[in-house]
This record gives sequence, structure tokens and C-alpha cells, in this order.
Amino acid sequence: MAKFKLASYWASACGGCDVAILDVHEKILDIAAAADIVFWPIALDFKYQDVEAMPDGHIDVTLFHGAVRNSENEHLAHLLRAKSKALVAFGSCAHIGGIPGLANLFTKEEIFKRVYQETPSTVNPENITPQPKVTVAEGDLTIPELYNTVHTLNQVVDVDYYVPGCPPTPKQIWNVVQVIVSGKLPPKGSVIGASEKTQCDECTLKKNGEKKITAFKRIATAQPDPAICFLEQGFLCMGPATRGGCDTRCQLSGVPCRGCYGAPAGVLDQGAKALSAIASIIDAKEEAEVQRIVDQIPDSLRSFNRFGIPASLITRKVL
Amino acid sequence: MTFEPKILGILCNWCSYTGADLAGTSRIKYSPNVRVVRVMCSGRVDPQFILKAFAEGADGVLVAGCHPGDCHYIEGNYKTIRRMALLKHMLADYGIEPERFRLEWVSAGEGDRWAHVVNKITEDVRKLGPSKIKKTAKKASPAA
Repeated sequence: MAKFKLASYWASACGGCDVAILDVHEKILDIAAAADIVFWPIALDFKYQDVEAMPDGHIDVTLFHGAVRNSENEHLAHLLRAKSKALVAFGSCAHIGGIPGLANLFTKEEIFKRVYQETPSTVNPENITPQPKVTVAEGDLTIPELYNTVHTLNQVVDVDYYVPGCPPTPKQIWNVVQVIVSGKLPPKGSVIGASEKTQCDECTLKKNGEKKITAFKRIATAQPDPAICFLEQGFLCMGPATRGGCDTRCQLSGVPCRGCYGAPAGVLDQGAKALSAIASIIDAKEEAEVQRIVDQIPDSLRSFNRFGIPASLITRKVL
Repeated sequence: MTFEPKILGILCNWCSYTGADLAGTSRIKYSPNVRVVRVMCSGRVDPQFILKAFAEGADGVLVAGCHPGDCHYIEGNYKTIRRMALLKHMLADYGIEPERFRLEWVSAGEGDRWAHVVNKITEDVRKLGPSKIKKTAKKASPAA
């Protein structure tokens, strides 16, 4: 069987998805045996010109991690779309925006002000901020332009498959590779390497019965019992509104789910669904008492929709 | 041209919808700005409905149900209290003005109260002007 051509690219991402691919350990050799890696900036020396020189549809599968947040990300999204038979939004950032998506609660100006003026470690009396273009004696220098809004990959180009996770677990990555190698690809638009149901459906922590919360606790200031459902103990856990498939690794490590696998099938807005589920277990009937309890969550949008704001019904802070 | 707010009303079948009906049969005059959707219980109102309404261009959203303690399904509107309290925080985080979203209790006998509630939210939203949420989405779209 001929080897298939594989590419992996990082846009606005931390690089964790690439590391997760390497976390399949010695199985990476099996991947190399089945695939020719034609483009992988983090691991191998390829240039953008190499990709531009390829005929359209040359790459069989591109794993695209990272959100689209600047003009370089956008250019590569279009370029890799054209050169790839199958484009996979790989990891939370490409899938639903991910952590970079939290920037949608600010404007570019606010972010520049914070980063280049206000942070305690910054000394910038001339108030220099990055400009897309600067003219020096030798000519014009350019860098990519940062956008005001972070986008998911499918808001910019057509996407064939989605692999959720921050990062996707090595076990799931291996499953995805096997699906690709087998050639039995699922219908376009499928979420692969994850389940249809929620985290709670798979979570093995002990549940005692009806959940009733009278106070919200935070992992920074209180110690949960790692054997019991976090919600029953009053810790925010996004399990009820998050797609399963990661083997509930966080919950089994003593940390509540933060929601990186995104919304389960059929849910439009992960944050709203998580809010709905968790609000309903608050044990209070008086409006004042309910208010007192919900006020204990200092940052509700970012608590309930940490990874998915760009993919939500309302994709950014109102301008 | 004066701005006429478009407001979505989501009303429970047993109290508020009947209350709105009473306002009509009693021939009470009030603002025509609320478009009503009937649900069986305010506890059925998924926060997604409200976000979707705003995303699609509603200037305001009004959820109305039975007074606490009067729910046809005993506990439905207690869940509404909790969900909407938390949703208000989320809307504030998005930069949506609090006056654009209201949770109100209107019983089947309170036609005059329904008229008052509608007039109140209409006036509040009129003062704020059109919602910028849909415009923001357009401005923020990668094609723009």
C-alpha cells in the first residue's frame, strides 16, 4: 500500500497538540511507516514555499491545530485547505477556539494596552506596539496582523473532520490515525476520536444521588474528595455539558472537567448548557438566596465556556 | 424614524400566557413590541434560547412564568430563578446591558401586570437603542 501524505500545522496554539502527537511514543514510528510527513513545522524543516509548490489536493490529511487569529494563520488555513484532501480541525483551538478564544472578551486595543503597557514586568516608555509593517533603511519589514477576533478553523475554511481536546489524548490520536490508515473515513463533518455523549456518562467517580449545591467552592481554596463527583461537592465541573471520549482523565486526576472537548452532539452552546445544568442543582428557592450562591462564581462566562466562546451563539464581547 | 425595539417574550402556558391573554380580552392597551413564544413551563426555558434570540437580532428578551410557589409543575420556576440568575452574569460578561433581559412573574389573573411589564421592558430597551450583538457578529466575521 502506498504511504499517505500527512501534514501537521500549528496556527494560534500553544504547541501542546504537536506534543500530544509525539506522546503516542514509539507508535510514532508506526505513523512514519504508514505516512509520509510532508509538512510539520514544529518537528521537521519545511518552508511555506514547499507547501505552496505542491499541487492542489497533494496532501491526504492535514491535522490543523490552533485557532485563526492573525493574517498568517488565515493564509495557511486557506493554503492547507487547497493542498489537502482532508482537513482536520485538531484540538480545541481549531475545533472551537480554545484558550486563545478567551481573547474574544477583549478588543485588540485592550490586549495591546495590557501586554505592552500595563503588565508589571513591562517597561515601555515610548509605547512601542507591534505594527504589521515598518519601514527601515533596508526596506519594508512585515509581520502578520493580529485580528480583533479569534476564529475557529471552520469559520475561515471548509473543514472535513474535528478532533476535540486540549490536547486530544494520545489514545484518541492513535485511534484517529488508524481510522485514516484504514481508509474507512466517517461522513464529512464528523467529530472523530470522541464520543457522542457527555463526560458524566463516562465518569466513574462516585455519585451519591441527587445533587444539591448550597455553596460553590474553588479548587484553589478548598480540597475536594477525589473519589466523589465534584458537582456533589460544590466544585464547578463542566462534565454535564462536555463531550466525552477523553477517559475523564482530569476527573480521575482529582481535577474537575474544564470542558475542552466542547459541546456534546446536539448542543449549540456549551456554556449555556453547562450553566443550565449546574444552576438547576442549586439548593435554594428564595431569589435573594439564589443570588447569594450564584455570586460566588466570580467569572461565569469563562467558567462555563472556557474553550468555546468563538464557537458559541454569541462569539465575542459586544463591540 | 423612531426606534421600535424587537423583544422576544417566552411565556409559560399556565400563568403568564393566560395573563397576556387576559390583557387582550380586557382590552388593555400596551406596547406591541413583544413577540410571544409559549412554552409549557418557564423551567423549560433553555439559556440557549435567550442567547440565540440575542444572536439573531432581538433587542431584548423577556421570560415570564408563574409566581414562585405557584408553578403548575411544583418546582419548574425555581429552576428558572437559578438559571436566569446565573445567565444574567453571563450576559454581563458579554457586555450585554442588564435591562435587555428580564425575568418576571405574571399570574393568569394579572393582565394589567403583563401590560405593565411589557411597557417597562419596551421603554428600557428603547432608551438603550438597538442591540449591537448581531452587528458585532457581522463585524467580527472573518469574511468582513
